[in-house]
Amino acid sequence: MIVFIQQVINGLNAGSIYALVAIGYTMVYGILKLINFAHGEIMMFGAYFAFIAASYFGWPAWLVILFSVVLTACLGFLIEFIAYRPLRNAPRLSMLITAIGMSMFLQNLAQLIFGADPIIMPKIFPTDTLSILGIDVSAVTIITIVLSVIMMILLQLFIKNTKQGRAMRAVSENQDAAVLMGIDVNKTISLTFIIGSALGALGGILYSTAYITITPTLGTMPGLKAFIAAVLGGIGSIPGAMLGGFIIGMIETLTKAYISTTWADAIVFLILIIVLVVKPTGILGKNVKEKV
Amino acid sequence: MNSNLKKTYIINLAAVVLIWAVIFFAQQFNLISNYSVGIVINCCIMIIMATSLNIVAGFLGEMALGHAGLMAIGAYVSAMVSVWYLSPLGWPGPIVLIISCLAGGIVAAVMGAIISLPSMRLRGDYLGIVTIGFAEIIRIFFINFEPTGGAAGFSGIQRLSTFTMAFWIMVVVVTLTYTMGISRFGRAIMSIREDEIAAEASGIPTTKYKVLAFALSSFFAGIGGGVYAHYQTFIDPKKFQFMYSIEMFTIVVLGGLGSITGSTLSAIVLTVLPEVLRQFSEYRLLVYSLALIIMMIFRPQGIFGRYEFSLAKFLGVGKDKTKKTKKEGAGS
Repeated sequence: MIVFIQQVINGLNAGSIYALVAIGYTMVYGILKLINFAHGEIMMFGAYFAFIAASYFGWPAWLVILFSVVLTACLGFLIEFIAYRPLRNAPRLSMLITAIGMSMFLQNLAQLIFGADPIIMPKIFPTDTLSILGIDVSAVTIITIVLSVIMMILLQLFIKNTKQGRAMRAVSENQDAAVLMGIDVNKTISLTFIIGSALGALGGILYSTAYITITPTLGTMPGLKAFIAAVLGGIGSIPGAMLGGFIIGMIETLTKAYISTTWADAIVFLILIIVLVVKPTGILGKNVKEKV
Repeated sequence: MNSNLKKTYIINLAAVVLIWAVIFFAQQFNLISNYSVGIVINCCIMIIMATSLNIVAGFLGEMALGHAGLMAIGAYVSAMVSVWYLSPLGWPGPIVLIISCLAGGIVAAVMGAIISLPSMRLRGDYLGIVTIGFAEIIRIFFINFEPTGGAAGFSGIQRLSTFTMAFWIMVVVVTLTYTMGISRFGRAIMSIREDEIAAEASGIPTTKYKVLAFALSSFFAGIGGGVYAHYQTFIDPKKFQFMYSIEMFTIVVLGGLGSITGSTLSAIVLTVLPEVLRQFSEYRLLVYSLALIIMMIFRPQGIFGRYEFSLAKFLGVGKDKTKKTKKEGAGS
């Protein structure tokens, strides 16, 4: 039983990281109808920025996170500005291919700058292990879960209660109508990328502290899984992405613990395919009829 | 049908034979190194992969991002057939290669048809994601499949893909794809690309044609995988990763979605260029990806768009729309 609870906590740990990254996918998809393949790479850059701040400058954890989040948010803004904005009225396939190109570009840029060899992430969080009712939980796990949940609550408050949040929802609902209501669409899209990238950077930092090493391909697999989480929860829906992230993290961890380590990824993909075939809109997604 | 068409066929056949003969005799008389011949064989494999991907991505217009998975099936199945069943029989190499490639192609086609089944309900990005998912499942399956060596890879495959074999298999695949493109079937899947609802309203059984297009594309991908396995003599699941699918997709997009000439030329260029620019290999993928982004901003339809080069037209023989020529193989 104790082992099971420990696995559930591990699942929550992985799930909260996936949820943070999945929010970025789902926000961009909701507003641009674009699968931002470069989001996994944004996460990877977040980890590298944190590495720079922690090992070269030796800053404390909160400053490391701030540094990385701000720089990565700038990167997200730049990506949107340079690569996606010129394609605002282009076919969706062109945008998608640009996203793939951007993903490849960032990956190889990171390889050029930081080298292909894995880098050890310094321990920026305390390494103690707490024992609660006989269950050992590491401090990193608690920090990860708590930090992610706080960020998600803040995001929800922002989306629901502020003017900018309302603008975001309006643009994702109907871009043309939003323009008529006096919303600056380009600004709103930029803001979406900035928030998504900031959360992605946090996901990257937490991911790299959990798995210790950083490589240029760090973002590919968790990025893909976070995307699956977004689809599972219903792409375009922020609560859906959070729910999907936790479900995927839980399934993956429990599969690794009780079924097979090597098959875990395959099972995650299988779930994705089944969900898409049975209910393509995901758990919390809205059903949109195609008009002729 | 008419003498013009016959003439163009002869011209194209002559051109293909000429390209083959030049490289073949250059190899025979040691005018070009084995290394160069290897690059030519790699070109042939990439042309097979790019044209087969073009059936789904270009003609049908669906996002197919799992081509490496289908190639993996072709590679593994053909290797299993040739190593386990055919090599003890002592048959001549070309026959073993063709049979095992066909076996790989058929299994890949079945898998491709299964992959396309969700396409009845899904389109666009969602279908792309499903193809990624299937390709990853296939790769993880081969990592865990012990009889073929699992993650360590499958070695001991005979080197049966000589230049001549790879070249002529490639010619057959490209010719079949081209004739498919101008056939009733080709027009039907192109109408699905243009407007699925309108195509359905015109009486085209869209589901059937989608499944068929996926199966055909996968069949050729499987054959490409077979040729690859019998050229490399060693295959491992790491080769068939997500990024490899993306690389193939890049080739098709850069050449022009729906243009076989474009796929062929861009497969040659993107195979040869990295070999020529060996010393800049670090920058290779960086340049690819930049080219892709710039291309999407300034020329989203790819270099060739849907244009097909015609040798007969170029020489001024046929006046009507004639068969395009195959210009591949000349790139070393």
